[in-house]
Amino acid sequence: MERSLMKGNEALAEAAMRAGCKCFFGYPITPQTEISAYLAKKMAANGGLFLQAESEVAAINMVLGAASTGVRVMTSSSSPGISLKSEGISYIAGSDLPCVIINVQRGGPGLGGIQPSQADYWQATKGLGHGDFHVLVYAPASVQEMVDVVVKAFDKADEYRMPAMILADGILGQMMEPVTFPEIEAKNGDKPWAADGHKNKREHNIINSLYLQPDVLEKSVVDRYEKYKKIEETEADAESYLCEDAEIVVCAFGATARVAKSTVNQAREKGIKAGLFRPKTVWPFPAKQLQEASKNAKTLLSVEMSMGQMIDDIKLAINCSKPVEFFGRTGGVIPKPTEILDEIVRLGGAK
Amino acid sequence: MTYEIVLAGFGGQGVLFAGKVIAYAGLVDGKEVSWLPSYGPEMRGGTANCSVCVSDEPIGSPLILEPAILMALNTPSFEKFIDTVPAGGKVFVDSSMVDVTTDRTDIDVFYVPATELASQNGMNGMANIILLGKMMKETGMFDLPQIEAGLKKTIPPRKANLLDANINAIKLGMSN
Amino acid sequence: MAVVFDRPHAFCDIPLHYCPGCTHGIIHRLVAEVIDEMGIEGDTIGVCPVGCSVMAYDYFNCYMIEAPHGRAPAVATGVKRAKPDSFVFTYQGDGDLAAIGTAETVHAATRGENIVVIFVNNTTYGMTGGQMAPTTLPGQITQTTPYGRDPKVQGYPVRVCEMLSTLTGTALAQRVAVDSVPHIREAKKAIRKAFENQKEKKGFSIVEVLSTCPTNWGLTPVEALDRLRNDMIPYYPLGVYKDIDAVKEGE
Repeated sequence: MERSLMKGNEALAEAAMRAGCKCFFGYPITPQTEISAYLAKKMAANGGLFLQAESEVAAINMVLGAASTGVRVMTSSSSPGISLKSEGISYIAGSDLPCVIINVQRGGPGLGGIQPSQADYWQATKGLGHGDFHVLVYAPASVQEMVDVVVKAFDKADEYRMPAMILADGILGQMMEPVTFPEIEAKNGDKPWAADGHKNKREHNIINSLYLQPDVLEKSVVDRYEKYKKIEETEADAESYLCEDAEIVVCAFGATARVAKSTVNQAREKGIKAGLFRPKTVWPFPAKQLQEASKNAKTLLSVEMSMGQMIDDIKLAINCSKPVEFFGRTGGVIPKPTEILDEIVRLGGAK
Repeated sequence: MTYEIVLAGFGGQGVLFAGKVIAYAGLVDGKEVSWLPSYGPEMRGGTANCSVCVSDEPIGSPLILEPAILMALNTPSFEKFIDTVPAGGKVFVDSSMVDVTTDRTDIDVFYVPATELASQNGMNGMANIILLGKMMKETGMFDLPQIEAGLKKTIPPRKANLLDANINAIKLGMSN
Repeated sequence: MAVVFDRPHAFCDIPLHYCPGCTHGIIHRLVAEVIDEMGIEGDTIGVCPVGCSVMAYDYFNCYMIEAPHGRAPAVATGVKRAKPDSFVFTYQGDGDLAAIGTAETVHAATRGENIVVIFVNNTTYGMTGGQMAPTTLPGQITQTTPYGRDPKVQGYPVRVCEMLSTLTGTALAQRVAVDSVPHIREAKKAIRKAFENQKEKKGFSIVEVLSTCPTNWGLTPVEALDRLRNDMIPYYPLGVYKDIDAVKEGE
């Protein structure tokens, strides 16, 4: 397979097209722009549709419409735009529709900045809209993973009839790295629930999230949570690096995990038994994998480009059985390997 | 072996392009590479820079904070980055554009009047490539055929006619 | 015995939740009749957003999608772009279309989205209990304008067909009413024309239907029809505000 050099945003867009994405609806925002630009150039020639909506709100509702007809559909944005999409995401989840949503995160709150951030972790994993629901959230850490997870996201969204999000950041979107495209089968799957016209052959399908009877609504939510339980058991994914004998396990996802890996290597050179635990899915959070990876650890250290959000899931995953410390930079500042190393040393890793 | 490089200048001087040539040369050579641009308002008229990493190992952070190799194409960039270069580093300066020097003695600074050389040799707009040639010669990162391969990948097909001029600019830089 | 009047097939045989005297039922029926007459039920997808008609997905036999408040034109855009050969209609109230969903409405029109929009204007938010709508008339008393709508405070009502008729992408903008048999027949013709436009890929067609809300207006059904005639039609004159065919002929 040929290696080519691509920006994360462009590689993701190309992979989405190869995975059978037929419609893309977006609205311009930095730093995800290359996804839209790439698809604007290529979608039509590939038999797909690119449409720039009048707002993020409209874009996510166009996604709702296209997903209702059963085609593979995607939208992308960055933090402030995802907040605007959250209404539609809740409706999509409540209507059991599959779609793929990209968040190339930037600093917040408010208009924030345009530099890389991971401060939308809580939003993505716990609060992507009103009501009881989850979306699958993948956290790639390289341009190659941007390709791999978008293919997976489409497959899993279809399989579970739910939205899947790719939680990237400005670094992953903007950087170029070698990437190879595996043989990707453009799938769509059989969707008997889709509202694509009944051709007078079956009962009319309804795409809906409204249930005025509390007991009926409760059942629909509980059924969805049965599905979530299965997903938590089967879809949680993580990478453990040098964790087997690690006394301090650094936990980080996305671009931050790359910095943390460099730090772990530096710590090992100093004789510190450090390891890296990198969630590849952040919902579901890989709790069992973390318990295993941290079984010999004395301390865990969560490193994030935020004021500390994933740290909550880490504490829950190990049931607060060990001290969990935090180091983070926010507002678009990227943590330096040296400052993470200082933190590891401060936590007693040098002993 | 790992090379950590920062290229910086005004938008339009071709620092992102020169960075891509290095990254593509690395790609063709089977190395691990990363290229990370600065992005945002500075792209539109202000200063632009990119971090490039070429390595035999998987690359951690693609953001280079302490570049062992620096290319500075204007004074603000030179001033911004010169003190981030660690001891033993190599700095390539377009002295036609940068009107200051550094007192540091723990690094090698190569002052090349790249813009002047470009205009004397009918290579207007290729100061970045001339300086890239100098960088290749002084660091031994890639030899001429490798950097040629990188250029071939970087120059879009509709501008293929510029390939020879770019190769000549590399050679000119290597001979200075 | 010959059947001279029957329920259209596209109209489900279940009790409607609408209040007594409400004209939604008539408008539903007109849409269903057009779907039957054109034989397009199997290819039609309806989009009903929040408002009194939010449960219309139970009333039409074609495939139906319930949309967030105001977003029906965007949802319909997604459906139509994904399945260009289908017939797509939205069924929206005044608060939905002309307040929270103004941007979606205007931009679907200006893109010339090849969809049908049925816009039910009854000058009030019915489902939530009769608050001021963007089309509430000056002086009209509602729950949130208890002293009457004062244009100095709450601004003026929006005339949607007039506004959308200025956009190139609009193929048809017509205002009709359902207060009398002649008006109902006119309304049916307009809805038919809107669906025919979609069949011929002419662009965005909106039919604004002046409708009543006896419950929230605090009137009997007959008084409500009188109000529609005496107060609403003078402010919202019936007629064709844009017809792309007429424009072409006129050129």
